[in-house]
Amino acid sequence: MQWVALVGGWTVAAVLVAWVLVFANGTPAEPLLSEPRDFVKVLLNALTISGLYFIVASGFTLIFGLMRVVNLAHGSFFLLGGYLALEFQKTMVGKSRNILSDEVSVFAWVLPLVLAALIAGLIGLTMQQVFLRRFQGQDMRETLITIAISVILADLMVAWFGGTAVDISWPGLLDNAITVFDIRYSVTRLFMLGVAIVVGVALWAWLQKTRTGMVIRAGVDDNSMVQALGINVQLVFALAFFVGSALAAMGGVMGGSFASLGAGVDGQWLLNSIIVVIVGGMGSLTGALAGSLLLGTVTAFAPSYLPANFTHYSIIFTFVLLAAVLAWRPYGLFGKPE
Amino acid sequence: MTTTSQEPVVKPETGSMVTTERVLLVLALVALLIAPAFTSDFVVSFVLTQVMLLGVAAASLIFLAAYGGMVSLAQTLLFGVAGFTIGNAVTTGGSKGLNLGLDPWLGILLGITFTTILAFILGAVSSRSTGLYFLMITLTFGVIGFFFFGQVTTFSGFGGINQVRAPAVIGEPGQFPERLYYVAIGVSVFAFLLLRYVGRTPFGLALQGVRDDHVRMGSLGFNVWMHRTLAFTLAGFIASLGGVLFVWWNRQIDPASIGIGEILSLLIIAVIGGINRLEGAWVGAFVFVWVNNYVRDVPGLNQIGLTEARFNTIVGLIFLIIVLLSPDGLIGIGQRIVRLIAPKKGRTSQGPGSDSGSGSPETQEKRKLESNTEEEP
Repeated sequence: MQWVALVGGWTVAAVLVAWVLVFANGTPAEPLLSEPRDFVKVLLNALTISGLYFIVASGFTLIFGLMRVVNLAHGSFFLLGGYLALEFQKTMVGKSRNILSDEVSVFAWVLPLVLAALIAGLIGLTMQQVFLRRFQGQDMRETLITIAISVILADLMVAWFGGTAVDISWPGLLDNAITVFDIRYSVTRLFMLGVAIVVGVALWAWLQKTRTGMVIRAGVDDNSMVQALGINVQLVFALAFFVGSALAAMGGVMGGSFASLGAGVDGQWLLNSIIVVIVGGMGSLTGALAGSLLLGTVTAFAPSYLPANFTHYSIIFTFVLLAAVLAWRPYGLFGKPE
Repeated sequence: MTTTSQEPVVKPETGSMVTTERVLLVLALVALLIAPAFTSDFVVSFVLTQVMLLGVAAASLIFLAAYGGMVSLAQTLLFGVAGFTIGNAVTTGGSKGLNLGLDPWLGILLGITFTTILAFILGAVSSRSTGLYFLMITLTFGVIGFFFFGQVTTFSGFGGINQVRAPAVIGEPGQFPERLYYVAIGVSVFAFLLLRYVGRTPFGLALQGVRDDHVRMGSLGFNVWMHRTLAFTLAGFIASLGGVLFVWWNRQIDPASIGIGEILSLLIIAVIGGINRLEGAWVGAFVFVWVNNYVRDVPGLNQIGLTEARFNTIVGLIFLIIVLLSPDGLIGIGQRIVRLIAPKKGRTSQGPGSDSGSGSPETQEKRKLESNTEEEP
């Protein structure tokens, strides 16, 4: 049985590689051997979108790993963060619509991001303290509460910010393209990847090199033992919820600049975060990284290397990724069984 | 052979067939059957029929949660797949989709069969996971399904499929609202009785055993994964019945009918009603539809800004309050009131049970005793 799965898996992988290398004629990207530049672009797209997936999903997995709370309001914090940053940017630029990137200084993009992340972090913290703290340990009930909050927030955001899609402007300094080896690529997408790397390294350093990080890692492994040692776990929980929600909002600001904000975006990004952590394993930062890279690869490559008439079937590949990982490892690549 | 570890077998403890619960159920059914004589066509079609079809879909969710401990958010997808299959099969043109133009009866058969097969596949993929993992995996199925039907214009596209015909016997719901209403009642009674019956078969008892302690059931030789998968398949079959009713009632189906809002709505219906008992499905659906149609008549809400357009906020708040106060929903609140009024009556049968302490203290005591005796070799 084992070797059937192994041979099958490698065969599928080999077929996919051969397809991309030689046979992918009639696809938007064309085969690698005839159009290598398109391949590099798709690869860069995969890496940069993975960066955004990682920022959002790392907050989700941090909260789950420590507190066993599936925060289904995570997508709402993403969208709320984006909307808040847009409001701040409008105030700073002094225009209420049609902001061009030339009018936006780097400061008028970074300050809204920081403020939005802080506010969303505080809202997440409030939610945890008011509603979730008293039901600690009843994980299904906590999850239902986050669903209720997400439904209310989604509706209120439609009321406050309207139903039409809007977007945040990138600073003018970044909003252009560079050309290397005859390949033209958007600087903002590379910037997104850079931010993701900074966030990833900072999170890693925080969790591995500081005392708070040690307590969090200990809490992930054995919560009651940490409490028994006299450490104030409640404080750590509150901190994790703050950071997790702030990361969602930060992702929202970047996602709102890169794509757009609108009703339904919250659900889409909740879905992205969930797929990343199911594939990578809940509660593991390494898992979030692996999951982001896999999901990013699938979402960038599937539409580019499917025959042009079948591009819209690319969503099926997300399902295939999920099903394949679950069949092989039900708790994700880096997850531990309950 | 012991099949359940913590919960007693669900059946009346006395020989009497007449229990408070059954009397209430029959009274509710009679009231629903005679309702068209007393209310307008609007109420029959837009309120009561919708309650019935949402109730069927929510019952499939509650069955999995109560008997299998699996909170599935894929039921809305399965509900929608049945609708989309019928839409593709029976339309004759002038709409998106395959426009196969088949007989409506054949459409039903295809819709139910295809949905049940899909439920088996999805169940097989997700059933190795439990608890929150299962919830998240099924949520991704649901949302991927939404994007699938939105993007793949061969089957639907975001505009959806219009002008879906019901069989001639049922006709147009606009013209003959009672016909579809009685069909929906019939399907609801069928779904309720079937799920309750299955819960009492050896399969259902083993499923409850899996819910309570899957490791133990596994070591007793039960195929845990297969029990979960088959339960998911059965729930998919029931959800497809709801989907058939929906597409006849709505005459149209689009991806927005199975979007994340609708996915969460179905869970909200189940939790508001009471996720531990099948009856909760229809109670929750009634509250949901009632709020949707009549919230504008509630005095005071408009003044604080909660107008009809903020329906989701109101439902979300009700849901939040129910989750905070009563994890077993309105049915749980009702049971507590009944117990206060008539402490000696109305507890001849308990639901399939929960870990949240439904059931009277005596029954709980008895459960403890039973599990204690079982633990001794």
